[in-house]
Amino acid sequence: MPEPRRNFIFWIFGGGFIGSLISFLYPVVRFLNPPAVAEASVNEVTDGKVQDLAPNSGKIIKFGTQPVLLIRVAQAEWRAFSAVCTHLGCIVQYDSARRIIWCACHNGQYDLNGKVISGPPPAPLTEYTVHLRDDQVVISRT
Amino acid sequence: MHPIEPRDRGKAVAAWFQDRLAWDSVREFIAHKTVPVHSGTIWYAFGGITLFLFVIQVITGILLLVYYRPTPAEAYESVQFIMTRVAFGWLIRSIHSWSANLMILSAFVHMFSVAFLHAYRKPRELVWLSGVVLLALALAFGFSGYLLPWNTISFFATKVGTDMVTFVPWIGTTLGRYVRGGDAVGGATLTRFFGFHVAVLPALTSLFLLFHLGLIQKFGISTPPWVKKRARADAAKPAEMPFFPDFFLHELMVWYGTLGLLGVLAAVFPWELGDKANAFASAPAGIRPEWYFLAPFYTLKLIPGHVLGIEGETAGLLGFGLLAVWWAALPFWGARPDGTVRSKLVTGAAVAFLAYLSTFSLLGYLR
Repeated sequence: MPEPRRNFIFWIFGGGFIGSLISFLYPVVRFLNPPAVAEASVNEVTDGKVQDLAPNSGKIIKFGTQPVLLIRVAQAEWRAFSAVCTHLGCIVQYDSARRIIWCACHNGQYDLNGKVISGPPPAPLTEYTVHLRDDQVVISRT
Repeated sequence: MHPIEPRDRGKAVAAWFQDRLAWDSVREFIAHKTVPVHSGTIWYAFGGITLFLFVIQVITGILLLVYYRPTPAEAYESVQFIMTRVAFGWLIRSIHSWSANLMILSAFVHMFSVAFLHAYRKPRELVWLSGVVLLALALAFGFSGYLLPWNTISFFATKVGTDMVTFVPWIGTTLGRYVRGGDAVGGATLTRFFGFHVAVLPALTSLFLLFHLGLIQKFGISTPPWVKKRARADAAKPAEMPFFPDFFLHELMVWYGTLGLLGVLAAVFPWELGDKANAFASAPAGIRPEWYFLAPFYTLKLIPGHVLGIEGETAGLLGFGLLAVWWAALPFWGARPDGTVRSKLVTGAAVAFLAYLSTFSLLGYLR
């Protein structure tokens, strides 16, 4: 068979084969890509009564699907931050002895304004707003 | 008519199989296979130990599959059920966990012994590369299997590990979603990891293992350059022993010892289950990954938020990636174009790499 014709057939068949392989793989790749799940948008969460959390203590609350760290800094001083460490996504905690927010995974430390004071986190924690409505603690997006 | 002697019947059966399988060629092949004998012969055992522990993993893994349930609601409880209610369940799970750790340890010893004995050199570059892929697959087995009991420590290890993936430049976010099966670690991650752990990774490992072992059969076991040089100086052939039965029997004894060690570890230090994962709980103090991820874990602790204008995690990931590529390319920078090895360079690099891994692992464990 002449060389150009052989090359032509090689590219036609080879190209067709590779094309068909891609057409087999494409649905597999798309199948593995998880579909986006619509999240109910939450803007405000009420979390129990004021007296449930002692001064100089904190707890993780559910803000929709996100964990939020609620801290009662002093008798009348409340703070709330996203509890997801900006380093690698671990959930932070309130360290009452040092009065800081601490991530146990890689020793990331934030002050009570959510700013990084030590360790590898690249960004501050997102702050939430805390209101007291009668004796209820209400957390909302800032 | 004479009755057929049992011995003749056996011979007839053997001849029947011989006609169909031609297995005397296999016997011939085995008879010619040899193992070099020198001061470092002991290190040749670690490839076999790794293979043996992989077989243990497959057997115990299949047994655990009988009771394990891969959903966030049931995973932890099913492992708890295996450990407390199923007869010998604690032993099977403990052996699965211990042999996974010993297998990775043995694979590391095997890899470094290959580097120190310069067995990666021409024509065995692909044996080395397939071995590196197998080690990566073993680490992927470890990482995916770690999540399956759905306990606190595995939950956070997966959070950190999959979050690291998102720092891969350009494709990180998409890749992270692929690995986790969503934007956060959850039920979708568990089923995905289960699928990887029991189907995808075993299939890939089997392929690469066949390739790796096939090449070892093709090229034989490597004799270190200095043993060859000494033999040449003495005008003699390097000392060797038959693979079958001599080395094989040694190997069997080592396997039996390994099995004994495994039994003792599993019985005396049964693998703990910990607390059930909770997506709304803080990471507990003292959290750390499995020992084979401690070196990168500790390195990540030391890297600041930003390095030279790029995010610390991206810098770390880039560093680990370059280190892995550099090490995988050992046969190419560790040998000259004429095929002789740069032994001082390779030994120095292997010592430095080993020192980094062991020091940072130790620091990661202690701090």
